[in-house]
Amino acid sequence: MGGIDTGDTAYVLGCAALVMLMTPGLAFFYGGMVRARSVLNMMMMSLVSLGVIGLIWVLFGFSLVFGDSHAGLIGGFEFAGLRQVDVVVGGVPLQAFAMFQLMFAVITGALLSGAIADRARFWPWTLFVAAWTVVVYLPLAHWIFSIDGAVSEHGGWLANTLGALDFAGGTAVEINSGASALALALVLGKRPGWPHEPMRPHNLPAVLMGAGLLWFGWFGFNAGSALTAGAVASNAFVTTMTASAAAVLSWLVLEHRLDGRPTSLGGASAAVAGLVGITPACGYVDTFGALLIGLVAGLVCQLAIRLKYRLGYDDSLDVVAIHGVGGVTGLALLGLVSTHAVNPAGRDGLFYGGGFGLLGVQAVAIGVAAAWAFGLSALLAWIIRRTIGFRVPEHVEAGGIDESEHAESAYEYSPLHTTGRGSGLLSRHTEPAEEHR
Amino acid sequence: MKLITGIVKPFALGDVKTALERLGVLGMTVSEVQGFGRQKGHTEVYRGAEYAVDFVPKVRVEVVVDDAIADRVVDALVDAARTGKIGDGKVWVTHVEQVVRVRTGERGPDAL
Repeated sequence: MGGIDTGDTAYVLGCAALVMLMTPGLAFFYGGMVRARSVLNMMMMSLVSLGVIGLIWVLFGFSLVFGDSHAGLIGGFEFAGLRQVDVVVGGVPLQAFAMFQLMFAVITGALLSGAIADRARFWPWTLFVAAWTVVVYLPLAHWIFSIDGAVSEHGGWLANTLGALDFAGGTAVEINSGASALALALVLGKRPGWPHEPMRPHNLPAVLMGAGLLWFGWFGFNAGSALTAGAVASNAFVTTMTASAAAVLSWLVLEHRLDGRPTSLGGASAAVAGLVGITPACGYVDTFGALLIGLVAGLVCQLAIRLKYRLGYDDSLDVVAIHGVGGVTGLALLGLVSTHAVNPAGRDGLFYGGGFGLLGVQAVAIGVAAAWAFGLSALLAWIIRRTIGFRVPEHVEAGGIDESEHAESAYEYSPLHTTGRGSGLLSRHTEPAEEHR
Repeated sequence: MKLITGIVKPFALGDVKTALERLGVLGMTVSEVQGFGRQKGHTEVYRGAEYAVDFVPKVRVEVVVDDAIADRVVDALVDAARTGKIGDGKVWVTHVEQVVRVRTGERGPDAL
């Protein structure tokens, strides 16, 4: 053991814990947005992502992403099991870096669940997200996150051969989740009554709390991706805050213009849209670049939500519009506003005299990530649908998926307790308090 | 005895309660209900989508009163709930065969 930088190690471990909090935050963000009868199923899809993706990552996932590359396509098995207590990469123990990256894999999988609210059976979802992690996420993460010489001598082809810039995960996390979510929404189909029946959020304070936790954790996600507590991390923190702040304002103003009111759901979505947009760019742009990305993300993502009603796909909680379109926005604008001045590892974009080169590279990365994620996710979801089935029957969906899949209901307000198995009127009967007799 | 049922706009409940108490009505039952009358529902825009809201929220007020004051209670309820706009609601009157106070067993108007 040696060469450990204790400051950087503390920083990476702290950031890993911050990013972990994003998945429970996402559960609240999504859970509040669905109807009261399916909130537990929604939150359970995030919880089980922590379980199943966490295990995959420790057992072999990290190794396939950051092990020495085979032709730039996939890593090896040399870190399987994560028992390398004495390996240090860039001043930080390999295990600390591996936990930081684990949280990225978990939240990306959990993000997909927003596309299939109210209707996905629990175990088929669990199987899907496990298969999706191995088939879709691990290779894509290897291509963009594994830098030559960082953990292993040879890294992935998008980052090293092509030279695409993605500081914290615009491709592997954002475009990946958006394109995969679109595939899921198309394969599972829309909910009965959508889009004519109102399916409004049942608990907006939960949505806002979730958005707050996501925003908080995102500082670990973005600034933490510097992997060292220094100037690049601090700049990423500044740009992350700038973009999300700008997105909140641009979204709410546009929403007021279009619908007549600034809504809390809009504000919560706006913060996330800004954070998504700045994710690939946070370490490569300055404040003005972040401002542009945030403003544009707040407008474009909101307009993209309207597209789903025109095109007729029931992406229930707008994963495509916010993560897919937001990710494309950030990666593409990075080709314009990237500046070498804030990060020696960066590159100048079109606005800083770098020409169209970076813009072209970014476009290729966007196309590759979207096509890979969409195609393979559609295939995996289709196989599950055709074999064990993915959706609950229509009458179960109408009655509430929480009851049918989990034997629970989120809110036991009725004094009769007529919901929940084994909780009928008699079993919950209690004597009235003395003063009412 | 008469059961007077009023379906009124939610914000009218306070005025209805005050008006009925002034007439000496001693008890009432209220519940939140949803429905539509001749006005049907309306449309709302939310997150960029237009929805048809078929069932409009209302409050149902139920009072059982002696025959002698039934007409005055109906008038007071209608006056208190009226705005003159579509969707003010309905009031109807039903005959009540018997009323029993659970605690004492009193029957008829004495139980009101």
